[in-house]
Amino acid sequence: MARTLLDKVWEAHTVRTLPSGQTQLLIGLHLIHEVTTPQAFQMLKDSKLKVRMPERTFATLDHIIPTTDQTRPYADPLAEEMAVHMIRNAKDFGVPLFDMATGRQGIVHVIGPELGLSQPGMTIACGDSHTSTHGAVGAIAFGIGTTQVRDVLATQCLAMAKPKLRQVRVDGALAQGVYAKDVILFIINQLGVKGGVGYAYEYAGSVIERMTMEERLTVCNMSIEGGARCGYVNPDQTTIDYMRGRPYVPQGAAFDNAAKWWRSMATETGAAFDDVAKLDGNAIEPVVTWGINPGMSVGVSQTIPSPDAQPEAERPTFREALAHMDFKAGQPIKGAKIDVAFVGSCTNGRLSDLRAAAEVAKKGKVAKHVRALIVPGSQQVEKAAEAEGLHEIFKAAGFEWRKAGCSMCLGMNPDQLVGREMSASSSNRNFIGRQGSPTGRTLLMSPAMVAAAAITGAVADVREILR
Amino acid sequence: MSTEYVRKHVAGRGIPVTGNDIDTDRIIPARFLKEVTFESMGEHAFEDAKKANPEHPFNQPVYKGASVLVVGQNFGCGSSREHAPQALMRWGIRAIVGGSYGEIFFGNCTMLGIPCLTISQADLEWLQKAVERSPKETVDVDVEKQQVRFGDKVIQARIPDGPRNQLVQGTWDSTAVLLEAGGAIEATAKKLPYVSGF
Ligand code: SF4
Repeated sequence: MARTLLDKVWEAHTVRTLPSGQTQLLIGLHLIHEVTTPQAFQMLKDSKLKVRMPERTFATLDHIIPTTDQTRPYADPLAEEMAVHMIRNAKDFGVPLFDMATGRQGIVHVIGPELGLSQPGMTIACGDSHTSTHGAVGAIAFGIGTTQVRDVLATQCLAMAKPKLRQVRVDGALAQGVYAKDVILFIINQLGVKGGVGYAYEYAGSVIERMTMEERLTVCNMSIEGGARCGYVNPDQTTIDYMRGRPYVPQGAAFDNAAKWWRSMATETGAAFDDVAKLDGNAIEPVVTWGINPGMSVGVSQTIPSPDAQPEAERPTFREALAHMDFKAGQPIKGAKIDVAFVGSCTNGRLSDLRAAAEVAKKGKVAKHVRALIVPGSQQVEKAAEAEGLHEIFKAAGFEWRKAGCSMCLGMNPDQLVGREMSASSSNRNFIGRQGSPTGRTLLMSPAMVAAAAITGAVADVREILR
Repeated sequence: MSTEYVRKHVAGRGIPVTGNDIDTDRIIPARFLKEVTFESMGEHAFEDAKKANPEHPFNQPVYKGASVLVVGQNFGCGSSREHAPQALMRWGIRAIVGGSYGEIFFGNCTMLGIPCLTISQADLEWLQKAVERSPKETVDVDVEKQQVRFGDKVIQARIPDGPRNQLVQGTWDSTAVLLEAGGAIEATAKKLPYVSGF
């Protein structure tokens, strides 16, 4: 019988079936960061346990680090303490840490693929829900909680039930000005924020197949916003070309063997799925969220929907969203005034994202009332962007050029919204309070659309600017 | 399963905390949630309640070293913080006997291997007074038989089957269950080409 990538990866990593019926699943790569690990390491110390496979565990600092002055100690004593713990735990347990001095520091979901740590056919876990990102290289990657972080540290395993599999096919051709971010926001809008609960998503179809690896990373990153704990793209030539030459990827003859194995893990023709969803890529225009979850979005030329047009059960959330955002049903999203523009995060903080934003930044200057931040996803992205002179383009246009980190994606560092500020953001969550201010407002969109909003001072259609 | 995790039976001196609806905020105030470890949680158990009341049992030297907490109704209601059972555990509590519990608190305790047994209102009032009278006496918590013994009195107790089995069999700790696979973990890893080398 034809098998899927999920079937093959699951089988290869099954240690045993537990009495509970769950699978004891071996985790090939465990990525850790400063926020969700200190208590897990403490539990390990309390139980006198070691890290089972420190050579398959890698740490970084990303969530709390400031993006302006990164000299230690950090101004925020709490951030400093978290960093101190991460550094000490990494040392005590023999786990490699990508700190600033390595030149390889960055958001955990940016550096995993960038360093070639995340590879096709692997199981990957990290105490962060956006671990689904790594599925882009053809891996099964899950976000986990602190107690499960302890499980993986101590046993290199997780107790998990195998998810069902839905193939999400996007066929057609994307119009100019439409990016991977628009594709995934469109998917979430169509399938719903809870649509993927209990499923893994296999992204397929001509639109996905034509995507670069960085675009696929953007798509898989937001699987969790659609309720799917993991999402992947089958390894193909794009994957193999992307992996070649990365620091943790085998070289020479070993690379050819690896490539063969990676390809062998892809879903076979004729494999059965629990469900298939088909979407038309031709129908996608630049997408903007108007509400308080990533599924509440419209095309930039459309108007904000009315709660009355929604199923009964969803009306209260729609009303709450309109009230929080201070929007009216029927109002066009285009022209909504913004105060802050943020390009960055594990969704859209890679080189191609910065290039797309720079392309638009060349066309104008940041509007007077707008505070605009460009935050590269890693030190390597930062370096590569500077080598191309992107930072100069941004600075000339009035954007602030920052250092790598999670930054305003969740506002655990000093980069936060203030009061009711409205932000145009390339991140992944528009939940109330997400960007650091309990009353702040977030509009999610692609990096190019963020740049367009920054220079317009309001939500704009990037297609008109690029024309 | 290593016997280390088996909680058939927990015995130790008692400490009574009277009153109903003692929420997790009282057990551990929210300001301690910012800490990066649970390490110091024990010191902060009931911190504000202790400050407000010098007579609080957690202030009394006579209860130092106690390990069985005897409480009233709806103990541990409120916020889901894992810090609350952590604080009690780190203070030295190994089992709780009382009228009823907040559901999440009960689950969090089970995940830490702390059995929470339920006894009748009359029995818990009796036990709290008895412990006060004889703080050096052992409270014997039999999870398997669902009994609490003090002196020559045997009190009928209840703990739902699911958590009881986990505690008695020693399978409440997912890490421990996974560790049981032993060398099969490395064996599985070795079969993977990206581990053994392409
Ligand atoms: S960029 Fe945002 S979503 Fe991604 S890991 Fe950091 S905080 Fe989480």
